[in-house]
This record gives sequence, C-alpha cells and structure tokens, in this order.
Amino acid sequence: MSEPILKVENLSQQFRVGGFRSRGQLHAIDEVSFEVAPSEIVALVGESGSGKSTIARVLAGLYPPTSGSVVFENKVLGRRSSRSVRGRMPMVFQDPFGSINPVLRAGHSLLRSLKLHRPDVSKSARFDEAVAFLEKVGLTPGADVLERYPHELSGGQRQRLGFAQALSSRPSLILADEPVSMLDVSIRIGLLNVMKELRDNDGVSLLYITHDLASARYVADRMIVLYAGRIVEEGLTEEVIGSPQHPYTRLLMSTAPDPRIKAVEFDGDHDLGEPPKVIDPGPGCRFAPRCPLVMEQCRTSTPPMIELSPTNRAACYAVTKS
Amino acid sequence: MSQPILQIRDLQVEYATPNGPALAVSDVSLDLHEGEFLAVVGESGCGKSTLLFAIAQLLTYPASVTGGSVVFEGVDLTSLTPEELRQHRWRDISVVMQSAMNALNPTLTIGAQLADACEAHTDWDHERIAERSAEVLSMVSIDPVHLRSYPFQLSGGMRQRAMIAMALLLEPKLVIMDEPTSALDVVAQRLLMRQVETLRRELGFSVLFVTHDMSVVSHFSDRLAVMYAGEVVELGATRAVFDNPQHPYSQGLMEAFPSLLGEVRELTGIPGNPPSLVNPPPGCFFAARCPHATDECRELRPELVTNDEHAVRCHLINKVARV
Repeated sequence: MSEPILKVENLSQQFRVGGFRSRGQLHAIDEVSFEVAPSEIVALVGESGSGKSTIARVLAGLYPPTSGSVVFENKVLGRRSSRSVRGRMPMVFQDPFGSINPVLRAGHSLLRSLKLHRPDVSKSARFDEAVAFLEKVGLTPGADVLERYPHELSGGQRQRLGFAQALSSRPSLILADEPVSMLDVSIRIGLLNVMKELRDNDGVSLLYITHDLASARYVADRMIVLYAGRIVEEGLTEEVIGSPQHPYTRLLMSTAPDPRIKAVEFDGDHDLGEPPKVIDPGPGCRFAPRCPLVMEQCRTSTPPMIELSPTNRAACYAVTKS
Repeated sequence: MSQPILQIRDLQVEYATPNGPALAVSDVSLDLHEGEFLAVVGESGCGKSTLLFAIAQLLTYPASVTGGSVVFEGVDLTSLTPEELRQHRWRDISVVMQSAMNALNPTLTIGAQLADACEAHTDWDHERIAERSAEVLSMVSIDPVHLRSYPFQLSGGMRQRAMIAMALLLEPKLVIMDEPTSALDVVAQRLLMRQVETLRRELGFSVLFVTHDMSVVSHFSDRLAVMYAGEVVELGATRAVFDNPQHPYSQGLMEAFPSLLGEVRELTGIPGNPPSLVNPPPGCFFAARCPHATDECRELRPELVTNDEHAVRCHLINKVARV
C-alpha cells in the first residue's frame, strides 16, 4: 500500500457530563487508530452513540482531542487546524436541509469556498470552476443551479451541492458524515455513485460514516466497525461482510434488513439490547454484556486488536482464541 | 378472507397552496382486514403520511379531504363530528407518530402520559389506569418502573416502544404507524419490528404501517402498497411485490438499495424527481422518469387494474394482461 494520507493514532475524546455530584467522563472514542490511503473509501460503521461522528468532528478540528494524534498528509494536526488543512479535508454533513444557508443562492457557498480556499483562482475563472464542480456531481446545467436558492433544490440536489462545495477546495480526503441517511431510498444510490466517481476519477479519499452496512459495502474499499467508542473490527469490505469475525459485526449483519433474504427466523428470546453510554468505564470488553460468546476474561481486561490476516483485525478474545 | 375492517374508497386529499390546490392523495382505495399488516411505502412527498392522517381524520388546514370515504366497521369516518370521532379514537384506532422524541411530552413522566390518554377516552379509576399502564409497558418489554421515568431517561428505542404501549392501552382494532423506525438504529429497528409482530399475533389488531424504507417491512407485512405522487401504483402480497415487481417505479425502488448478499453490482437508482402536484401532467405521473414510457403513458392516466390479487397502475403491464 502507498503512504497513507491520514494516520490516526490512539485518538481519544472525552466529554465531561453530569452535574455537581454526578460528574463523570463520557468516553466518546477511546484509543482509536486507523489509516486512510490515497483514493480509498473507508467506511466507519456503528450504531448511534458509537463515536463515529465524534471521529469526523475531531478530524475536522471541531473538537480538540483529549489525547492521541492525527497525521494528515505528513503533518501533525494541532489544536487549531489552518484553513489550508480544512480545504484539503472538508466535511459533508448529514442534514442537507440544515447545512445550507437558506437566504443565499446555491452559488454563494461554492464561490465563497473557492475564494477562501483557492485565492489563486481569479474572479472570472471562479464562476467557470464552480460550474465545472456542480456538473461533476451531476447538477446540470451548473450555471442554472448556481442561481437557485436552496429551497428550490431537492434533498438529493442539496447533498450534491455539499459534495461540490467540498470538492471545490481540491481536497485529498472528504469526511462524509451520514451523507445519505436523510435522503429517500431512490436518491441515495445516485449520491453513493458520486462518491465512487470522486474516488475513481479525481483520486479523492473518503471517510464514509454510516450505520447502513449495505451502503457501506456498496462504496467502501475498507470497513471499520465501531462499538461504544472502540474499534472492534477492521478489514477489507468483502472480508468483513463475507466472514464477520467479531460478535458485534455479526449482530449488525443479522439485523440489517434485506428483502432479498427470503425468510427470517425469529430468535425471540435473544434480546438484542442497546449500546451502553461509556461513562467512567472500567476494564473489559464493552460488548461483553450483550455478547453470546462472553468469557470470564472479557469482563476483566480489554481485548487488544489482533491481526487475523494481513488486512483484517478484530478486538475479541473469543475470536482470536479459536 | 374476512370482512375488511377498514375500507378506503377513492380517497382524495388536497392542500391549499398559493398556486392552487395540490393533490396530495388521489383516488386511493385500500382494504384492510382484521389482523392484517399492510405496509405503505413511497418517497417523501408521495402522500403516504397524508393518507394516514386522512384515515385518522387528523388533517388540519391547509389539508382537507375533498372526496371519497374512509369506512371503519361500517361507519364513514369522514362524516363524523369531532365528538363522534372522539368515541372512536384510541378505542378503535390509535396512531403511533413518527418521532417519539417529539411526540412525547418531555416534562411529564411516561406514566402521566399514559394516564392522560386513558382519562381522555375512558372513565377508569386511578388503580385501573395504573394497572393497565404497567401491563402495556411490560408488553413492549419495558420494566414498569419506567412509569415514573421521564422521556429523556429512556433510549430512543424505548421511547418508540413506549409510544406503541400507549397506542395499545385501550386494545384498539387498528394501529396506524407513521415511520416508527426511521429515527432508530438497525438493531433497535429490528427489535421494534419484532415486538410489533409478536404483539399483533397475540392481540390480533391490524397494522397500517407507513415507511420510506421498504426493506424494513419486507419480512413483516402481509401486503404492500407502493405509492407514487399521491397514487397507489402497485398493491399486492409483500413477497410477490418484492420478488416480481410489476410497475416500473417499484422495479426502480428494488434496484435502488444495495444488498449484503451476492456480487456487488452497479446500481442506478431512479433519476429525476416526482412531478408537481399542483399542475400534474395529464398522463401517468411516473412517465417522465420511466424508462419504458410511450406516448400513451404521457397522455392518458392509467387505471389501477387488479389481476390475480396483484394490482398495478401501468399501461404497459395492463396491456399485456388484457391480451
């Protein structure tokens, strides 16, 4: 593999919660390490509260991390990332209705992004550039779209605008935080295809954050599964989907609704439960209370990430034992 | 099959807009039998939530029912006065709203909100209310201690299940659910669906379930109605619609979501947008996005034609069926 463009090491993010008497530390993410290679789509999968959005926000410089380091394009990101870093690693947000200023034309955000992040582009060239980016994400005719107000665009079109804006600063990595979860099913696939095109044609990497395993499988080269702030499994997409190792990944696989599976059996007694809020955690695997394979060891010490193959890693005693 | 408990005939709902009336639901006819699970799927803006609201008579200005009837056990709900409607609400028909986060009052305990529903619709005393509240909560696998909990103390999945418990308080014959799973994770979603399925089998109520994500209902519903631009375009047994979708729109929807099984295939989705409902096109509403559209489709509106308990609104299919 070529040199990674993003290297995250032992990243932790804690938030202070509770009042005067019940103060605690919420461990949103705990010692998370992963890498992203050039032109690669990495999916970050997990339930809500698993810390996947927190990772994106730390990378975007919205939170200063509690500990750990982020190396992006061979530079260590500091407490305040500069404008040039943000331009190289922009973010596309989940809510296409809340993330665009409704009183300004669609062109405003795009032209402004060009002005701020690429001051070398002349004023007259900016317009042409903006049109080119809009057409690249499938908003045609671009010149027409620039003039429109956000309310004249559908949810899918707005989210495409978000990608055009992210693209305009010539990024090497786009942080996409659930970019399709608010869109209709029939529109989603178009946007996922845009993400693939950006990777294939423009060599952009994407960190695709989602709870939808099937869509992650559709676009991503590699997959990272998070549970309660820790990485539990990581590997090539087909490896993780084809033979999920960690019991949590298997649980996710079995609950993903798929009409192509003809019949489902009702394992009625097995309560699926819910992920914990990790406040002042003790040692032990965080999945242990819900895990069907739980052993004594799981409750007393935290399982480390073990390499199962050169590309696949999992943090589970039960799996690595067998 | 038994007599349907709910019969919707040619239901029409319009929204008043500055540019003239928008036809949000047009000519929808559906039957719902006792104990049946009917799912209504479609994109946002296709009128599926409006349809539910029209059935429950919850529409407010600018929306109004402008034609058709909703007959529940022989009574046309559209002709009742508010007081008469109140007699039917919750006892016969209850509604589970889309987002439990907003539908529950954050300043009242779960118990107080359950009691509120009972007081509005019954003359039970406090003991009976407390007893029944505890009973319905345990039905949805929530410990009755949570009667004293506030909504923020429950997780999203539990809040949604508390909503279902509330809907079951008076043992209604029909429970209407408006996207109850959309704010939940896949695991919580699955748990909720299973709970609904178990309760339906035990208590025998009918379910009318609206969702935009048809994969959610694929394993649970008996019949499936696909809506597009305010019309039912396909209606049939769930498995039949999934395995052999007839209408080009249903076919497109099937092609729109990736699978966890088999080869990874290039998918296309359905390009384009639904038509404006203020000035709808003369022909089939899907013609502009349909890959097989002919001149007939663009000019003449197709009828919903039933063939072997599978109804489709499409010229192309109906022509084949007629021959």
